[in-house]
Amino acid sequence: MKTSIFLIGWTLLWGLATNTGLAEEHASPPPTVDEIVHKANHMAFYHGKDAKGKVEMVITDKQGRTRNRVFNMLRKDDGENDSDQKFFSFFQAPADVRKMVFMVHKHTALETEDDRWLYMPSLDLVKRIAAGDKRTSFVGSDFLYEDISGRSPAEDYHELLRTTDTQYVIRNTPKKPDDVEFAYYNAYIDKKTFIPMKMEFFKNGDQCYCIIESTKVEDIQAEENGNNVVYPTVTVSVARNLENGSTTQMIRSNIRYNVGLSDNIFTERYLRRPPRDAMR
Amino acid sequence: MRKTINPCVLLVPVLLMTVIFFDAQVHAEEENEKSFLDHFPPIEINGFFELRAGCRMQEDLYEKDSSVMESRLQAELFTYTDWAEFKYKGDVWGDGILERGEYDTREAWIFSRPTDFLDIKIGRQVLTWGTGDLVFLNDMFPKDWQSYFIGRDKEYLKAPSDAAKISFFTGLANIDVVYTPKFDSDRYISGEYISYWNGSLKRLAGQDAIVSADKPDRWFQDDEVALRVYRNINNYELALYGYRGFWKRPGGETTSGTAIFPELNVYGASARGQIGLGIGNIEIAYYQSADDESGSNPRINNSEMRYVVGYTQEFAKDVNASIQYYIEYMLGYSDYKENLSCGPARDHDRHVVTLQLTKLLMNQNLELSLSSYYSPSDSDAYFRPNMRYKFTDKIVLEGGANIFLGEEPHTFFGQFENNTNIYAAIRYSF
Repeated sequence: MKTSIFLIGWTLLWGLATNTGLAEEHASPPPTVDEIVHKANHMAFYHGKDAKGKVEMVITDKQGRTRNRVFNMLRKDDGENDSDQKFFSFFQAPADVRKMVFMVHKHTALETEDDRWLYMPSLDLVKRIAAGDKRTSFVGSDFLYEDISGRSPAEDYHELLRTTDTQYVIRNTPKKPDDVEFAYYNAYIDKKTFIPMKMEFFKNGDQCYCIIESTKVEDIQAEENGNNVVYPTVTVSVARNLENGSTTQMIRSNIRYNVGLSDNIFTERYLRRPPRDAMR
Repeated sequence: MRKTINPCVLLVPVLLMTVIFFDAQVHAEEENEKSFLDHFPPIEINGFFELRAGCRMQEDLYEKDSSVMESRLQAELFTYTDWAEFKYKGDVWGDGILERGEYDTREAWIFSRPTDFLDIKIGRQVLTWGTGDLVFLNDMFPKDWQSYFIGRDKEYLKAPSDAAKISFFTGLANIDVVYTPKFDSDRYISGEYISYWNGSLKRLAGQDAIVSADKPDRWFQDDEVALRVYRNINNYELALYGYRGFWKRPGGETTSGTAIFPELNVYGASARGQIGLGIGNIEIAYYQSADDESGSNPRINNSEMRYVVGYTQEFAKDVNASIQYYIEYMLGYSDYKENLSCGPARDHDRHVVTLQLTKLLMNQNLELSLSSYYSPSDSDAYFRPNMRYKFTDKIVLEGGANIFLGEEPHTFFGQFENNTNIYAAIRYSF
């Protein structure tokens, strides 16, 4: 009993600390590896109950040729404790995907596939997409599906390699190495915000082939249960594929949290005619 | 259809302009300090310009060597107010096969979401439902197989409807009702672009015998109603369908030999959802040929049962495969055979296996796909390989073929054997 009260108090303190940034670091015992990983997962993918924003991707290949992807994304959490989520992406560019909608009901339980739909407006076609390899490119960029919707911490073993003045360095090794292309990845997690600032993916032993970096973090004001809070959010990130020399810069803008998105949005009704929240 | 301007379609742009103007006026009175133009909703303008050419791979006595030859401009306008959305999409193209300029309104509609439980879309619109992958059972909205067979973009497989779609959303189930006040047929194989088996001539025919059909065309009398009741249970999508209208392509002929569209009612059901690693779908439909329920009139299509079962799965990185088994089962077959006066008899049932393969390469900029249909009962097949390369975000290059094979000249795909063609296209989007 004592322990659980202590834990609740500790969690509240941490919540306050990360939300306000006021707490002294030495006031709390150092977090365990699992706590760091769960906190980082939360900071990267689970701010607020829901969110909306615009995403722009600039993909630059080895020769310097660029391609753009622009879409508005809505997200709503569907389960407790950073689990299931629903995503709604309304594409604005390029021309061949304009006004297409990609909807995902993400399931974090192991062995449960995500539900995915694609709506093609020129055919008025709602296509059900077979759950695929989550380690494939998202819309042809250097980010993978999992980089956008999150990789469940339960899929990897985690090890704290070292702690620097500003970061925790965590090595993540897949529990099922045959399911993924990487042997392990190192995540550099900011000690104050718990935002993953850099991820390096390795294969064939120690060959680093992909780096994802958070290059800009902004404090986004939001309301949570009637209180004003601040969610530190990565607004610019860069994925570099070291094998083919391609780079993708992802810029997130117009981000708003806790906007009160309805569950109905993530159904066929809105897939066929997107809500204004997605179009604007 | 094409070229014929229908009052409904004219109405929509007029309404659109009125609404924009009215909306602007109302707001202008409320907030005089803003300039008049500030109150117009932003109008999004998009579209593409495309060149497409293709030729037959063998001689066809009844058609040109070119299978497709066109330069096309598509323009799309979209805007919205607080209570409604408006869209216009139209194509103009120079058609080298018909040797004339053509225009087609693809979409011209108003959409409104007046309450939590109601959506309304009125005007010219493309409509699709059902679970089949390029196989349609309960989707009775117009198709354009002619465009598909000559290698136009997949978008053109669906022809638009002039209709009102009203959707109700309730906790128990959702209901779509589509009312088409004047029958919209398929853009069926008429002989203009594609040669076909002509039952009365008992030979292949094409531009020498363009199908002239007597299409039901009385407003609000020759109408169509399509209904779908659907519900999603744990992401298993269940649906019931109903349709009252006409066979979508000529399904009979008069004693004088004019092609007609007999009355048709369709009742069906479908289910789709996750099975194992992929998506399974099953759909069934009963086609009740209302003008010949007994099947004794050889000049009118008999009633049919149609079934499809399918499965789609990503079986390697960026490689997707979908396989389906489709059956058309003719009801009252003995009556049909007894009364058949001439021509080869259809089989009792028609079986078709479809396989769709898609592979993405080069950072998903190159898409290779193959749509294939094989009928073991008709001993015929149709293959549609296609290659699309996104050269830039604005320029897409495309190449492909339509390959028809068959043992008999009168089977569904076999009759098109001489239309086997290859095509290429370049599209610039703006």
